[in-house]
Amino acid sequence: MDAFTTPILTTGDGAEMPPPLAPDAMRQCRPFAAQPAHNESLGFPGALVEDWQDRAIDKMGELLERYRSLRVFLDICVKCGACTDKCHYFLGTSDPNNMPVARQDLLRSVYRHYFTPAGRMLGRLAGARALDAETLDEWFVYFHQCSQCRRCSVFCPYGIDTAEITMAAREIMDAIGMGQKYSNEIIGKVEKVGNNLGLMKPALANTLEGLEEDVLDDTGVAVKFPLDVKGADVLLVTPSADFFAEPHVDGLIGYAKVFHQAGISWTLSSYASEAANFAMFIGSYEQMYKIANRIRQAALDLGVKRLVFGECGHAWRVAYSFLNTLAGPWDFLDPRYPVPQHIAAITHDLIQNGGISLDKEANADMTVTLHDSCNVARASSLGDRPGGQFTIPRDIIRACVPSFVDMHPDTIGDKTFCCGGGGGLLTDEILELRVKGCKPRANALKQVVDDCGVTHMVAMCAICKSQFTKVLPYYGYPMEMVVSLHQLVSRAIRLGGAA
Amino acid sequence: MLIVNVIVSTLLVVSFAILILGMAWRVWLYASTPVPLRIFTAPAPTTRAGAALRVGREVTLFESLFRADKFLWLVSMLFHVGLLLVLLRHLRYFMAEPPLPVVLIQPLGQIGALMMMVGLIGLLARRLLEPRVRYVTSATDIGVLLLLLAIGASGLAMAFLFPTDIMGLKQYLAGLWRFNPQPLPGDPALIVHLLLVATLLVVAPYSKLLHLAGVFFSPTRNQCDDARTRRHVAAWARPLDQRRARGSE
Repeated sequence: MDAFTTPILTTGDGAEMPPPLAPDAMRQCRPFAAQPAHNESLGFPGALVEDWQDRAIDKMGELLERYRSLRVFLDICVKCGACTDKCHYFLGTSDPNNMPVARQDLLRSVYRHYFTPAGRMLGRLAGARALDAETLDEWFVYFHQCSQCRRCSVFCPYGIDTAEITMAAREIMDAIGMGQKYSNEIIGKVEKVGNNLGLMKPALANTLEGLEEDVLDDTGVAVKFPLDVKGADVLLVTPSADFFAEPHVDGLIGYAKVFHQAGISWTLSSYASEAANFAMFIGSYEQMYKIANRIRQAALDLGVKRLVFGECGHAWRVAYSFLNTLAGPWDFLDPRYPVPQHIAAITHDLIQNGGISLDKEANADMTVTLHDSCNVARASSLGDRPGGQFTIPRDIIRACVPSFVDMHPDTIGDKTFCCGGGGGLLTDEILELRVKGCKPRANALKQVVDDCGVTHMVAMCAICKSQFTKVLPYYGYPMEMVVSLHQLVSRAIRLGGAA
Repeated sequence: MLIVNVIVSTLLVVSFAILILGMAWRVWLYASTPVPLRIFTAPAPTTRAGAALRVGREVTLFESLFRADKFLWLVSMLFHVGLLLVLLRHLRYFMAEPPLPVVLIQPLGQIGALMMMVGLIGLLARRLLEPRVRYVTSATDIGVLLLLLAIGASGLAMAFLFPTDIMGLKQYLAGLWRFNPQPLPGDPALIVHLLLVATLLVVAPYSKLLHLAGVFFSPTRNQCDDARTRRHVAAWARPLDQRRARGSE
């Protein structure tokens, strides 16, 4: 059995109370280090280099010159403590190093020691410390206990974003050969094969054929799942988990039905068969650029007119906020559509203009709530209006399901809690962190289950879906409780001529 | 008295120069460091004017802090608004004939001083009593609060207990301004007050007091959401971008 105790959920109103501090409670919870091959394939040293101290400080200096965010955020924190009770990992683990400011201070203290006169002169009095083996080990542990969800940055009076600090710390660690296995191995796979799973084209084609048969059996309608079709209007880029994992695949079936019913020609690409871009998690602009430009290449090769993303949180952040900079300009696509578009925005438009019609009764057996995914909520938008990331999914759900309730207001919208598995932490050796980090979300869910009879929670992010199906059972909720947004659409959509 | 005058005057001039040059250095550093990606905290305004307004609300209303922690917001507001009123009141020490608004603000300045002290005591109490905040506190965090409290206390002492020679002070400061030395009123409270202020000016560009300049440069707040319509390629990322433009990627 697992060597940890699942936190007990409270019976309150779904809001989260900060726990007392338990120093070092999570000091032993660490992800696997990357093997030399994983590091080297990304151009990083295979293992910890001889002169790691000097090279780490050099790298920090380089990043300070590259990123204004890092420079400003390391300088201006006043230690006011507004963030200290906002991180789901702190709330779930009680470890004070999981308070956002304390996590930042692991890096900031070293910055002060090497880069500021106050730190050089006053040392510990000014919260400065040299980079030694112990500090480096703390970095590896606690910068892999941050899911880069940015909840802290919402509440910080200066908008300090711990995700930026975590990315910088991971970038420094990669530069000295201290990569993390889960992220680096996956980035290598995308760059070699095209997706996180290492799924080759024949296997992918096979899977999609199987889905066509399933949908035909199910509905009697020949819904297509096209792959590498040149001249299609839409290139759909979706997380590879959508090809087989539950409930992800039910979402993919939903996208296919929407395209089918709206008469939009579309295709997947075997070359860019992955929306996820784990390079963001390790803070590497260069790797992020490489993965993003596979999508550009696929769009050029297939001659599509539009670029659409499936349900994936961090992928949508990279797509919405970074893709234009990393892989634009997109002047070869149809200028009438934003680049990229989210599948939910397309479905939403089709519902509004009658392009598809939905039968709520198909989902009458459910009472549904929505987990706002952190990267959609706080790092991007949906549609063409600020806040669309909150209204569009809710509008879609209300069109598909008769009964919808929101969780506690402090746990949704831009205050949403991370699922506990984002940011490159969806790996089983740190399951304790994932279970405990899910506690604030589980608490809020419990309240609407108990008070409102909620039966299902919608997620629109591949990591959220994988994390919840694995972790919610620890809190007594079945994995089937987690559904994809487009799974609801898939069940409710009226297929066939009489739309 | 002359030696005290020379020491205090030198310290004030030097500390003021350090403040201006130090702050200018940091501002130049922030302004010249690239922002290679859009990292606004969403939902974000879609126009630059909207983003400027957002920063304005953060600076004047502490909008995010209000959402985070009501008590902390209250004591921070008391301190910062109080300090602002006090600084406005101080304008008259630098003017031979203060204009009407500066005259009218004088009583408000005294209320401001009390607000500032209450705010500082609240901030200090929170720092010492709340275990989460105490955990992230270092000696310099306490030091800055004590310094500000001492500045406030010495100032209040002059306002209510040991009135100082205001006309003499005005002449002294005007002389300082024009590098034309004038006698310094010899009140101990004033000298202590001036020395503490000099310390604060020196510390500001090398401490967390940088937040007063840095907040304007925070990308999560000052960026607008134009990610899909504008590209933001940093100078250091341009070689990558151009390599692709030539078709070798």
